[in-house]
Amino acid sequence: MTEFPQLSLHVPEPAVRPGGMPDFSNVNIAKAGSVPRPEVDAASEGIRDLAYSIIRVLNRDGEAVGPWAGLLSDEELLTGLRNMMKLRAFDARMLMAQRQGKTSFYMQHLGEEAVSCAFRKALKKGDMNFPTYRQAGLLIADDYPMVEMMNQIFSNESDPLRGRQLPIMYSSKEHGFFTISGNLATQYVQAVGWAMASAIKNDTKIAAAWIGDGSTAESDFHSALVFASTYKAPVILNIVNNQWAISTFQGIARGGSGTFAARGLGFGIPALRVDGNDYLAVYAVSHWAAERARRNLGPTLIEYVTYRVGAHSTSDDPSAYRPKTESEAWPLGDPVLRLKKHLIVKGVWSEERHVQAEAEILDEVIQAQKQAEVHGTLHAGGKPSVRDIFEGVYAEMPPHIRRQRQKAGY
Amino acid sequence: MARMTMIEAVRSAMDVSMERDDDVVVFGEDVGYFGGVFRCTQGLQAKYGKTRCFDAPISESGIVGTAIGMAAYGLKPCVEIQFADYMYPAYDQITQEAARIRYRSNGDFTCPIVLRMPTGGGIFGGQTHSQSPEALFTHVCGLKVVVPSNPYDAKGLLIASIEDPDPVMFLEPKRLYNGPFDGHHERPVTPWSKHELGEVPEGHYSIPIGKAEIRRQGSAVTVVAYGTMVHVALAAAEEMGIDAEVIDLRSLLPLDLDTIVQSVTKTGRCVVVHEATLTSGYGAELAALVQEHCFYHLEAPVVRVTGWDTPYPHAQEWDYFPGPGRVGRALAEVMEA
Repeated sequence: MTEFPQLSLHVPEPAVRPGGMPDFSNVNIAKAGSVPRPEVDAASEGIRDLAYSIIRVLNRDGEAVGPWAGLLSDEELLTGLRNMMKLRAFDARMLMAQRQGKTSFYMQHLGEEAVSCAFRKALKKGDMNFPTYRQAGLLIADDYPMVEMMNQIFSNESDPLRGRQLPIMYSSKEHGFFTISGNLATQYVQAVGWAMASAIKNDTKIAAAWIGDGSTAESDFHSALVFASTYKAPVILNIVNNQWAISTFQGIARGGSGTFAARGLGFGIPALRVDGNDYLAVYAVSHWAAERARRNLGPTLIEYVTYRVGAHSTSDDPSAYRPKTESEAWPLGDPVLRLKKHLIVKGVWSEERHVQAEAEILDEVIQAQKQAEVHGTLHAGGKPSVRDIFEGVYAEMPPHIRRQRQKAGY
Repeated sequence: MARMTMIEAVRSAMDVSMERDDDVVVFGEDVGYFGGVFRCTQGLQAKYGKTRCFDAPISESGIVGTAIGMAAYGLKPCVEIQFADYMYPAYDQITQEAARIRYRSNGDFTCPIVLRMPTGGGIFGGQTHSQSPEALFTHVCGLKVVVPSNPYDAKGLLIASIEDPDPVMFLEPKRLYNGPFDGHHERPVTPWSKHELGEVPEGHYSIPIGKAEIRRQGSAVTVVAYGTMVHVALAAAEEMGIDAEVIDLRSLLPLDLDTIVQSVTKTGRCVVVHEATLTSGYGAELAALVQEHCFYHLEAPVVRVTGWDTPYPHAQEWDYFPGPGRVGRALAEVMEA
C-alpha cells in the first residue's frame, strides 16, 4: 500500500512584507518594442504569448519604439499628458478635501493615471464604459466638468446624484460612463450585455468593461467571459492589475494562473498584457481591441500591469501590509514622468513648460473646487433635499413610499 | 378571444410585446430553439429570429447581468429564470444592481427588465424546484413583484411588466400553468379551457401593476392570497360554507392596500395565505399592515396559513402544501374567535 504524506493547505504570500526590501525581480518585463503586433483578426490561439508578456512602447530613454508605436500625434500626446496631470492634481485636492472633512471618503489614482486617460482616447462618442471606482480618467479625458465631479464628491445641493451615492461613484450617460455601483465585478457582465444589445440592434457602438485584479475572483467575471465568448460581443474586457486588492496581494486572486490575461485564453478570447504605466502602449493596445470590436471580431481581454502607489482609499493604510518604499521600486515607473520624458526627448516639451502646466492645472482645479464649494460640502452649506431620499426609487412613486415621505414630514 | 392555458397566455404576452416593440428580447436557459422547459417561449425564436430569442449559458448572474446591460443600452429584456429556485446566483445583480440603478444614477440610467420565473410547488419538485422566494424580492426597494393567478391576468400583467420602466419580478405559479389548481391533488385539475379566466384576448391589453382583484365577495372574513393560493382559498371557502371575501393581490409590490383595508374594515376578520415559509414571509408584512390600518375593526387576530418553516420536502409534498383543509380550518378558527 502506498503511503501518502499528510495534506497541507497552500496559502500564497507576497514576496515581501513591511520591514523587508521591496523586490520585483519576479516581474518579468519585456523590452520596449519587443512584443509583436498581430493583425486585429488574429485568433487567440496564435497569439497566446501576448497573454504572458508585457507590451511596451516607451523605452528607458523615453523613445517610442517597436510595432505598437507611432499611433498618436504630438498634439494628442500633449493632451494625454495634460489629462494625466489634471487627474493627479484633482486627486491631490480631493484627498486634502477629505482630510478637511469636506467629504467622507475618496479614492485616488496615483500611479494608474495612464490606464483610464489613454483608454478613453480609443473610444468614440456613444461607446459605453462600465467602470470601477478607479477610472475617473475616463471622465477627465472626455472633458467632463471637474466641478460636476466635485459636486458629487461633496454631496452638495448641485450633486447630479442628489447625495444618494458614495463619493466618486459618478454617472454620466452622455460621457459614456455607466453609474458606478460600488459593488464589485457586477458591472463586468453588464458591459457584455450592453455590447450584445449594440450587436442585436446592428449598431456600431462598443462597450468597455472594467475590473481590478482582486475582483476577477468574483463569479461575475467568469460569467462575463462566458457570455462575451459565446456571443462574440463587441466589448473590451479590461483588468487593471495594480498588484493590491486593499491589503491582499494579487496572488490570492490569480492563484496558479501565470497572469490575469491568461484567464481569457480558456474562453478563446484574445488576451493581451500591457504596460499600464506607458500611455502610448495603453492607447495602442486598447485601440487594437476597439478595432476588433468594431469589426465585429468579438471581445478582447486586456491586463494593464500597473501599481497602486496610494492607499486603496482614504480608509486604508498600506504601511500595515507592504513595504513603504515598494512603489519606488516598482519597475514600470511613473506614467506622468515617462510621457513627460518622451515629449521632452521629442523636443515638443520642456521642464519649464511642465512646471508652468502644473501651475495652470492646479489653478484650474482650485477654481473648480471654489465653484463647487459655493454649493456646499458634505457637512456645510447647501445639501440635497431630504425629499430626494424618497424620489427616484421607481419612475412613479408608489403609495407606500409616498406614505413614508409624508410621515417623515416631506 | 381565445382559450389559453397560462403557458399560452404568457407566451402570447411575449409574442404581442415582441411584435409591437423591436427592443423586446427574450432569453434564458433552454429558451431559444427548444422553447423553454415549460414551453413558454415555444415558437418565438422561429418567429423573431435568433438575436431576439436565444439560449443562454447556465449562469443566472450572467443572464440577469447581461439583461441589465441591455436595458442600460435601451432594450427591454424579458428573461426566464428556469425555476425561481435558481435565481440566487443572480440575487446580487437583482438587489444591488437592477433595483438601484435608477436611484443611484438619479435617472441617468434605468433598468426596465422582466425576470420571469416559475414558482411554488405541487409538482414533486423537491427543495430545488418548489420554492416561493417572493419575500426576498418584496424586501428590496426598487423592484416590482407580480404573481398572477390565471391566464387572463398573466398575459395582461406580463405585458404591463414588459412595458414598465422599472425591474419587475414576474413569478408564475407553475402548478397553475395548466389549470386552476385548488389544492385537491387527488382530483384531476379542471383545464383552463373550462374556466372563465382562461378566456384571453389574442391581441394587446394590459392590467395595471398594483391593483388587486376580489375573486369572491363575502362579508364574514377576508382572505388575502396570491397565485395558487387564490384557488385554494376559494375552494376552502366553498367547502366550509363560510362567507369569505377572497382577494387576489396579483401584485405584491406595489401593494393594493386600499382593497385590503376596505375589505377587512367590512369583515373584521383576516386570514393571510401563502405557500412560502412562514417566518418573515410576505404574510408577516400583510398581517402587520392589516393591524396597523384595521386594528379597531378586527374581531379576531390575523391568522397566517403558509408552508412550514422547513425546506420543501419531496415525498411529503402534500403535508407541506397549505391546502384547502388547512385554509378551511383557519377560516373556522377566525370565525370562532
